[in-house]
Amino acid sequence: MATVTTAPLEALEESWYEPPGLISWFTTVDHKRIGMKYLVTALVFFVFGGIESLIIRAQLAGPNLHVVNPEAYNQLFSMHGVTMMFLFATPVLSGFGNFFVPLMIGARDMAFPRLNAFGYWVFLAAGIFLYSAFLIGHAPDAGWFNYTPLSDAKFAPGINIDFYALGLVFVAISTTVGAINFIVTILKMRAPGMSINRIPIFVWGELAMSFAVVFALPPLTVACVLLELQRRFGFHFFDAGSGGDPLLWQHLFWIFGHPEVYIIVLPALGVVSAIIPTFVRRRMVGYTWIVVAEMATALIGFGVWTHHMFTTGLPQIALSFVSLVSFMITIPSGVQIFAWVATLVAGRPVLKTPMLFVIGFILVFVLGGLSGVMFAAIPFDAQVHDTYFVVAHFHYVMVGAVIFPLFGALYYWLPKMTGKMMDERWGKVSFWTIFVGFNLAFFPMHIAGILGQPRRTYTYPGGLGWAVPNLISSVGSFLLAAGILITFVNWAWSLCRGAAAPNDPWGGDTLEWATSSPPPEYNFETVPTVRSLEPVWDQPELRDGAQPPEKGGRILLGGHLTLSTSMLDGRPRAVVAMPHATAWPLVATVGLLFGFWGVVFGAYLLAGAGALLFAASMVGWYWPKGETQEG
Amino acid sequence: MRTKEDPLVPTIPTGVPGERLRSVASGPDAFGWWGMWGLIATESLLFGSLLASYFYLRFRAGAGAWPPAGIHKPELILPLVMSAILWSSSIPVHIADQGIRRGRQAVARFGLLAGFLLGATFLGIQALVEYPKILKEFHPSTNAYGSMFFTITGFHGFHVVVGLLISLWAQMRAWQGAFDEHRHVTIQNFAMYWHFVDVVWVGVLFTVYLSPHL
Amino acid sequence: MLRGTPARRLCAPVRAQRWTAALVIGMALACLATACGDPASTPASMLNTAGPGANRVEHLWWLLFGISTAVFLFVAALIAAAIVRRRRPSAGDPSTDPGAEEVPRWGERFILVGGVVVPVLILSATFVLTLHEMSALAKPMRTTRLSVRVVGHLWWWEARYPNGAVTANEIHIPVGEPVRVELTTADVIHSFWVPELQTKIDQIPGHTNELWLQADKQGRYRGQCSQFCGLQHAHMIFFVVADPPALFQAWESGQAAPAAAPMSPAAAGGLAVFTSNTCAGCHAIRGTSAAATVGPDLTHVAGRATIASGTIDNTPANLAHWITDPQEVKPGAIMPPTQLSPTDLQDLVAYLQSLP
Repeated sequence: MATVTTAPLEALEESWYEPPGLISWFTTVDHKRIGMKYLVTALVFFVFGGIESLIIRAQLAGPNLHVVNPEAYNQLFSMHGVTMMFLFATPVLSGFGNFFVPLMIGARDMAFPRLNAFGYWVFLAAGIFLYSAFLIGHAPDAGWFNYTPLSDAKFAPGINIDFYALGLVFVAISTTVGAINFIVTILKMRAPGMSINRIPIFVWGELAMSFAVVFALPPLTVACVLLELQRRFGFHFFDAGSGGDPLLWQHLFWIFGHPEVYIIVLPALGVVSAIIPTFVRRRMVGYTWIVVAEMATALIGFGVWTHHMFTTGLPQIALSFVSLVSFMITIPSGVQIFAWVATLVAGRPVLKTPMLFVIGFILVFVLGGLSGVMFAAIPFDAQVHDTYFVVAHFHYVMVGAVIFPLFGALYYWLPKMTGKMMDERWGKVSFWTIFVGFNLAFFPMHIAGILGQPRRTYTYPGGLGWAVPNLISSVGSFLLAAGILITFVNWAWSLCRGAAAPNDPWGGDTLEWATSSPPPEYNFETVPTVRSLEPVWDQPELRDGAQPPEKGGRILLGGHLTLSTSMLDGRPRAVVAMPHATAWPLVATVGLLFGFWGVVFGAYLLAGAGALLFAASMVGWYWPKGETQEG
Repeated sequence: MRTKEDPLVPTIPTGVPGERLRSVASGPDAFGWWGMWGLIATESLLFGSLLASYFYLRFRAGAGAWPPAGIHKPELILPLVMSAILWSSSIPVHIADQGIRRGRQAVARFGLLAGFLLGATFLGIQALVEYPKILKEFHPSTNAYGSMFFTITGFHGFHVVVGLLISLWAQMRAWQGAFDEHRHVTIQNFAMYWHFVDVVWVGVLFTVYLSPHL
Repeated sequence: MLRGTPARRLCAPVRAQRWTAALVIGMALACLATACGDPASTPASMLNTAGPGANRVEHLWWLLFGISTAVFLFVAALIAAAIVRRRRPSAGDPSTDPGAEEVPRWGERFILVGGVVVPVLILSATFVLTLHEMSALAKPMRTTRLSVRVVGHLWWWEARYPNGAVTANEIHIPVGEPVRVELTTADVIHSFWVPELQTKIDQIPGHTNELWLQADKQGRYRGQCSQFCGLQHAHMIFFVVADPPALFQAWESGQAAPAAAPMSPAAAGGLAVFTSNTCAGCHAIRGTSAAATVGPDLTHVAGRATIASGTIDNTPANLAHWITDPQEVKPGAIMPPTQLSPTDLQDLVAYLQSLP
C-alpha cells in the first residue's frame, strides 16, 4: 500500500487519469463524463420527441388538415409520449444526478462505476432500438399507455407493439440499475460528517426517485413481458375470451405509471430546491418539511394508480378511496411550494436566468397541480378524462416540472460541467420565449378539453369551437421550440466563446461549488469533512476542493479510492477501491441490443448470439483483475 | 488447501494524520451488499406483480372457475418434494457463507457445491418430471390459468438458472482461493441471492399450487 | 458574483412581469368567454349542459375553478411580493454572506398553515362534496323505463332498443326522462361520452358498464368516443337525439319495423344491387335477405343525419362517395371500396335514400 507521497496531487492525477480522445468516451466509468453523456443523449431524444410534437401540432393547427395520415399520426403521438417519458424526462435528470450527486456528497464516483456506464449504454441502446422502429415504418402506435386489446396481436398484427413492449423492458433495465446505483451511492458514500440531516435536497430528490424506480418499474416490466408472451406465443392474460382481462394491463401499467410521474418530477423539484437558496441568498426554509414531503410524495404516489381508471366502471367504494388519496397527495406538493415561497419571501431573490426558470416553474406547477386536484373530484374527472383538458394538465405538470427546472439547471450547472459561462441576456430571452410559448401552447388545451375535444384524435371537424384554441396551441408550441433552441445555441456559443467559469459563479451552498469548473477526475483533492447543511457557506476552508487534513480532508492515495461511510451519520468506515475504465459494459449492451432485435424480428439465432455476447462480456467484466473488491 | 490466517485487517492511511481505515469491506460496509438488496427489492416486486396478476385473474374468473373446467386442481406431492429440495439447498449455502467469514476454504467450496447440486436437482425435476406431466393436461396457451401457471413457475425457474450460473462463478473463484475472511463479497452476495430465490418460492408454491385448493 | 446595476437587474423582469400578468389574465378571460360563449358554436361543450347529470358536474367545475383561481392568485401574489420586496434597502449586505442570517422563525409556521392546514380544510370540503356528487350521479332521480344497449365497434356505434329496433350512430331518447344505457364493445376499448348530457364511461371487453342519460331540452347532442381506439378514433362520432315523448314513441316503433319495399324502379334495382354485391356480406336491411351484423344495420339509414359515424352528412353525393371510396373518406375503415357501374350506384343510393 502506498503512503502519502511528497507530491500527493500528482499521485492523484496519475491514479485518476482519463486519457483524452474519442475512445475514452466509450470506456469511461467517470460519473461526470457518464452524466454528460446522459444529458446530451437525453436532450437529443428530447429534440426527436419535440419534432414529433411539432408535426402533431401542425396537423392539428386547423380542422380537417392532412399533414400526416392517421397511421403516421398514431405513431407520432405514441412515440412522442414514449420518448418524452422514457428517453428524455427520466434519464435527463439522471444525467444531472450522475454528474452532481457524487459532487454534492463529496464522493469521488458513484458506487458502481461500471454499472453506471452499463446503465448509460443500455439507455442509449434502448433508444436506438425504439427509434429503429421508425426506420422500418413500424413505430409503436397504440399510445404510450398501450391499452389492450388495441395492442393485442388481433388488432395490432404488425411488429409496432413488439418494439414497444421489448423497448420498455430494455429501458427499464437501464433505469433500474441506475436507481440502485444512486441509492447505494447516496446511502454509503457521503462525505464524513454528512449525516442524514445534512444531505442536500437535490440528493434527497434523487434518492426518493430511485426508491420509486425500484418499486414502480417491475409492474411495467411484468406487463410488457406478459403482453409480449400473449402477442408472440398465444398466452392469455389480457383477452377476455380465455380468462384474461384487459383491465389487468391497466392496473399493472398505472401502478407503474402514476409513480412514474413522481419519478420524473422528484429530481426536478430537487433542482428547484438547489437553485432557490443560492439565488435568494438565504438558507432554505423548512428543510425537514421538504424532505419529508418528497418522501411522502414518492410513497403516496403508489396509492393512486386507479385515478387513471375512474371511467372503467370500478366500484364506487374503490373510487371514493382513490379520490381521497388523490386529494391527499397534493398536500406534500403544497408543503414544498409554500417552503419555496417562504424562502423567497425571507430572502432577497436575484433574478438571474436559473432563478427566472424556477419562478416560472412554481407558477406553472401550481397551475398544473390545481388542475390535478380537480381530477380527484371524480364526477369532474369523468367529464374531462381523455380530453385535451387532461393533456393540458399533464403538460403543465410534466413539461412545467421538467423543462423549467431542467433549463434552470442548465444555466445553473453547465458552467460547472463545461467550465464556460452561458450568456445571461440570451438566457433571459430564452426563458421568456419558453414561458410565453409554453403557456400559449398548453393553456388553450384546457379550453379545448372543456369544449369536448377528445385527445389522440388525428383531426377534428370545424364548427365546434375547437379551431381557435388549437391554432393558438400550435403557434405556442413553435414559439416554445424556438425558446428551447435559443438555449441550445447559447450552450454551443458558450463552449466556443463563453467566459471561463470560476469555481463558484453563483455563490452556491453545496459541495459541487467547492471544486474547480469543470471538476478534476477525482472531484476533490481531499474528500471533505462536512459540518453543515450548506458547507460551502459555512466552511470557508472547503473552497478550491482542498480541505486540509487537519480540518478533516482525506486525500486517499494509492489507487482509485473513495470512502465508504455509515448510512445515518456519515462516519468513515472503509476505503474502497473503484474500477478503472472498461469496454465490457458497452460490449454487454451491444449483446443485449442484438438480443432484443433478434427477438423483435423473430430472428432467434441473432437473439441467441446477442445473449452469448452478453454472457461472455459478463465473464470479461467480472474476470478478476486484482484491483477491486466489487466482485 | 490454502488458508489465510491473517489476524490483522488490511488498512490504508487516509491522509488525516494518524488515521487508517479498512481497505476491504464486507457486509453493510460493502457497496455490493447494498446493491444486492436493491436487486432483491426490485425482483421481489417483479414476483409480486406476477402473483398479484394471478390473483386478479382468479378473482375475475369467479368461484369455481379457477382452474377452469377441464383442468384438475394441482397435485401437491411432487411440488412439496421439490420445495423441500430447494429449501434445503439454502442450508449448505448458508454454511459456506458463514464458513468463509472464518476463512474456512473447504467449508465454502463444498457448501457451494452442495447448494449447487440441490438447486440443479430441483430444476431437473421441474423441467423433466413436473412440466411434462402438466403439459399433458394443459399448456401455456390453453387459457389464462395455464399461461399464469407456466409464466410464474418458469420465471422462478429462470431465477434458479441464473443462481446456478452465479454459483458456478463463485465456486470457480473459491477453488482459485480468491476468498478469505476479509474478501468474500461474491459468496456473500451469491448467498443473499440464493436465499431470495428460495424464499420467493414460498410465494410461488402458495399461489400456484396451494391457493387453487383454498 | 452578483453584480450588475440595480436598474438593469430590475428593468427587464418588471416589464416581463407585466407581460406575464397580462398573459394570465388573458387566459382566465378566454376561459370565461369560452364558458359563457354562444352555445351554438360549441355544441360539445361540457358547460352547455342540457341534462341533470352534466349539469351537476358543471356546477362542480365552477366551484373547482373558483378555488383554483383563488389559490393560484394567492401564490402568484406572494411570489410577486417577494420579488418586489427585495428592492427594500437592508442593514448590511446579505448577498456577501448568505450563511449569516438564520432561517426565519415564522417560516415553518407559514409552511404549516399554507401547505398543510389550509389545503386540508379545502380538500376535505371538496372531498365531501365529491362523495355527495358521486352518489347523486350514480342513480337518476327517477327509475328508468327505457334501456338502450350500445355496442362500440371499430369505428361506429350500434344501438339496440328493447322493442327490437336496431340503429347506428344516432340514439334517440325521450325528453325529460332518464334512460339507462348498457355499454359493451365488440372489439377494443371505447368510451361513451355525450358532454352536454352526462359523464363518460368506458366500454371494455368482458365487462358491461352502464350509465343513465337524461336530456331536459329537445335537441341533438354530440357524442364521441373518448378512449383511443386506433386509426379512426377521430371519426367515431354519434348523436343523442332527444325527442318529445310522442315523437320518440313514433320513432322507436318505426325503427323496429322492417324496411319498406322499394317504391320506384330505381329503388328496386338498388335493392338488387345491395343483395347481389358485397354490401349484404356485412350489413343488414331487415325485411330483405341481407342480415349480416358486421357493419351498421341499414334498415332505416335514410333517417340518419350522417354516415360513417358522424364523418360526413348523409346526402346522396356523400353516400355515393362513401360506397365507392370509403378509404378516402375514412382511411382505415373496415368497409372495402365497391366498384359499381354508374347506374347501379345511382340505384343503390336511391334505394338507401328511400329507407327512412
